[in-house]
Amino acid sequence: MYKILKREVLAPTLFLFDIEAPLVARKAKPGQFIILRIHDEGERIPLTIADFDREKGTITCVFQEVGKTTMELATLNEGDSVRDFVGPLGEPSHIEKLGKIVCVGGGVGVAPVHPIARALKEAGNEVIGIIGARTKELLFWEDKMRNACTELRVTTDDGSYVRQGFVTDVLKEVVEEKGDIALCVAIGPLPMMRAVCNMTKEYNIKTIVSLNSIMVDGTGMCGCCRVTVGGQTKFACVDGPEFDGHAVDFAEMARRSVIYKSQEQAAVERFNHTCSCGCGGGK
Amino acid sequence: MADEKTGNKTIVPNKHPMPAQDAVVRAKNFNEVALGYNEETVVAEARRCLQCKKEPCRQGCPVEVDIPAFIKLAAERDFAGAIMKLKEKNALPAVCGRVCPQENQCEKYCTVGKKNEPVGIGRIERFCADWELANGVLPQKVAPPTGKKVAIVGSGPSGLTCAADLAKQGHAVTIFEALHVAGGVLMYGIPEFRLPKAVVQAEVQNLKKLGVDIQVNAVVGKFATVDELMEEGGFDAVFLGTGAGLPYFMNIPGENACGVYSANEFLTRTNLMKAYLFPGNDTPIRVGKKVAVLGGGNVAMDAARTALRLGAEESWIVYRRSKNELPARHEEAEHAEEEGVKFAFLTSPTKIIYDDNYWVTGMECLRYELGEPDASGRRSPVPVKGSEFIIDVETVVVAIGQGPNPLVPKTTKGLDCNKKGNIVANLETGATSKPGVYAGGDVVTGAATVILAMGAGRAAARSIHAYLSEK
Ligand SMILES: Cc1cc2nc3c(=O)[nH]c(=O)nc-3n(C[C@H](O)[C@H](O)[C@H](O)COP(=O)(O)OP(=O)(O)OC[C@H]3O[C@@H](n4cnc5c(N)ncnc54)[C@H](O)[C@@H]3O)c2cc1C
Ligand SMILES: Cc1cc2nc3c(=O)[nH]c(=O)nc-3n(C[C@H](O)[C@H](O)[C@H](O)COP(=O)(O)OP(=O)(O)OC[C@H]3O[C@@H](n4cnc5c(N)ncnc54)[C@H](O)[C@@H]3O)c2cc1C
Ligand code: SF4
Ligand code: SF4
Ligand code: FES
Ligand SMILES: [Mg+2]
Repeated sequence: MYKILKREVLAPTLFLFDIEAPLVARKAKPGQFIILRIHDEGERIPLTIADFDREKGTITCVFQEVGKTTMELATLNEGDSVRDFVGPLGEPSHIEKLGKIVCVGGGVGVAPVHPIARALKEAGNEVIGIIGARTKELLFWEDKMRNACTELRVTTDDGSYVRQGFVTDVLKEVVEEKGDIALCVAIGPLPMMRAVCNMTKEYNIKTIVSLNSIMVDGTGMCGCCRVTVGGQTKFACVDGPEFDGHAVDFAEMARRSVIYKSQEQAAVERFNHTCSCGCGGGK
Repeated sequence: MADEKTGNKTIVPNKHPMPAQDAVVRAKNFNEVALGYNEETVVAEARRCLQCKKEPCRQGCPVEVDIPAFIKLAAERDFAGAIMKLKEKNALPAVCGRVCPQENQCEKYCTVGKKNEPVGIGRIERFCADWELANGVLPQKVAPPTGKKVAIVGSGPSGLTCAADLAKQGHAVTIFEALHVAGGVLMYGIPEFRLPKAVVQAEVQNLKKLGVDIQVNAVVGKFATVDELMEEGGFDAVFLGTGAGLPYFMNIPGENACGVYSANEFLTRTNLMKAYLFPGNDTPIRVGKKVAVLGGGNVAMDAARTALRLGAEESWIVYRRSKNELPARHEEAEHAEEEGVKFAFLTSPTKIIYDDNYWVTGMECLRYELGEPDASGRRSPVPVKGSEFIIDVETVVVAIGQGPNPLVPKTTKGLDCNKKGNIVANLETGATSKPGVYAGGDVVTGAATVILAMGAGRAAARSIHAYLSEK
């Protein structure tokens, strides 16, 4: 059992957990992820390592309620535990000194991009952070990102905070202003990563994305997470999750990520259904 | 049924039939197919044994179970004695009694089998093991602590056996398993209807009683490398039993379309994650009306039979060679056929066809003929030119084999592997190129059998014990 030491509500439907897992914390690196299972009937879901504290032995995960398992996870409180927690999985981000680097985090993607930005800055890079959310109340970790980056720019889709625009709008400005960007790291919803890649391709800026394909084991055993990168099949859990965004087949990725749409909808309906008719709904 | 005289003993010519669930009923549920003998039948079957002095059956068993001795005890209704006898050589009799390919091993060499059906050694073994599980497990002797620590990586049959043997000799044993339960393929691969997971977990519990510490959710190479286990974790020796878990694909167009599974994924979702209980269990699976399973081994049979149980209307085995070359156990292919699995022999896909939403709608296949025998002695399939045809399917399960997972080799200094990625180890001792590190099971031999993996675990335990005694 792995205990939840801290629970924070970052925004409506957006939660932060610090989970006690000393063996994972000892080795965790930016770019890696964990897989957890809430209870014996639960599914295995991957979450990115948003931060880690080797001394306390904790891993920070930030997750968004999107379906049954994340909704159920959100019902847990400090002191509760999850049944299984395994990691650190995947290849760590490649951290080296390159010069000017842009780190883009969209929506919940701000969490995973944070430790990468921090490590890149620590390695001596000039890190320009860009974070964005649909609306003001969904924006989180502005302060943490400001500390992690050399410079931070913020945007909201609806203009309810700082400015109106997508992260790609800001990215364009940054690129034109700064020139010679050595690398772009973009993490967020699939359409956002795709849009960033389309733009950076024009400017010929190498771009790393982190792919959230559907996973089961996370150790390379099932092939569920396969993605096409540069015409070759890769297993996102062991070969990634980070890949060269310009080589990723985003269309395939998008279609594979909705394979279980109808089952997922049914599971959510059942979870939200509370009654006393004994139909077995709810938890 | 006329009985035949052998010396002064009358033998029943056929094995006592194994009671089984009706094929039509069982094809719709996940309960165990073979129900097991009762006490009367097991005694009657045990009495078919001639107690041959030369024990030919025993030589056919990779771990050399003292077959005549345990069968004699079973015939005398001393089931406690029989199980103790079995366990001297076999740490997982409830598993082996169910899944050993006995027809190629112990039973193949049985004297009775020369003229009649051989003694049902596996069935008797299963009964004795189940008897123990039902009547409380008999205590096993554990030597006083030696103060030595051994790490076992992977909890499949090789790791479990190695752990049991070393624990009995007084070593402090920790198993590190990547998944959330111990058992390896016994838990995630072999279906519930052939090997109930409760049986596997009962065997795992027995191991805990020997003092073995089992750490699940522990991926070696990630939370710690083999070198770190030895240098920082204080382990004096390491056994690698990481199996052959890396799924192979055909490398044909369309293989990443929605609805194409590796057998590992299909079976893991079903067995380990119990997707057949969805939505009671959270892991989903999707099986269309018509399923094609590519391959002809045990894994393919398991996937095809699983597909029927998940509700597929048609489940096809698509295999390049003919029925004679099927690598699956005869009994498994027969069970599959009884349940309604269909076979497309001499057929292999060239591409997977999908719709605008990337969902599988069909498969283009080629017909094959059998040509000259190849290196393995099997007649190799040759494609028939221009024989392309299309079959409609909604789900494709690729069951053409697995390789070793590269995680541990990639992160371990000085561990030699062959071209296929298998760890190189001495088959008699399990010794690898790295001092103190041993390996066995599928990761060394490539995908094989439960009993061979157990044999390798046992051999490694013997040399690890010797190594630790000298250290
Ligand atoms: C490497 C990796 C890192 C991730 N990091 C984060 C993170 O830090 N924060 C966060 O909020 N989300 C993260 N995700 C996504 C997260 O795993 C899914 O949101 C979660 O599994 C949804 O489960 P659900 O039951 O709540 O929703 P469902 O309704 O079951 O699914 C909603 C969508 O989530 C995806 N999904 C469903 N099951 C899985 C699965 N087993 N594996 C992966 N994706 C799945 C599918 O695209 C699906 O359409 C990550 C995914 C991956 C692969
Ligand atoms: C579907 C199917 C059906 C089969 N049917 C039969 C049958 O009827 N009869 C028969 O005799 N054989 C059968 N086999 C073959 C048999 O199951 C295998 O030969 C046997 O399980 C191999 O045992 P093993 O100990 O080498 O490895 P495995 O059983 O593969 O176990 C390896 C374990 O190591 C773990 N692991 C891997 N890497 C790491 C790591 N880095 N850190 C920690 N843990 C790790 C894995 O998660 C796994 O649990 C079947 C196989 C399959 C797939
Ligand atoms: S372990 Fe397998 S091969 Fe050996 S006696 Fe038992 S069933 Fe036969
Ligand atoms: S060979 Fe057959 S009959 Fe002879 S001892 Fe072995 S099981 Fe009994
Ligand atoms: S999740 Fe199973 S191989 Fe990647
Ligand atoms: Mg879900």
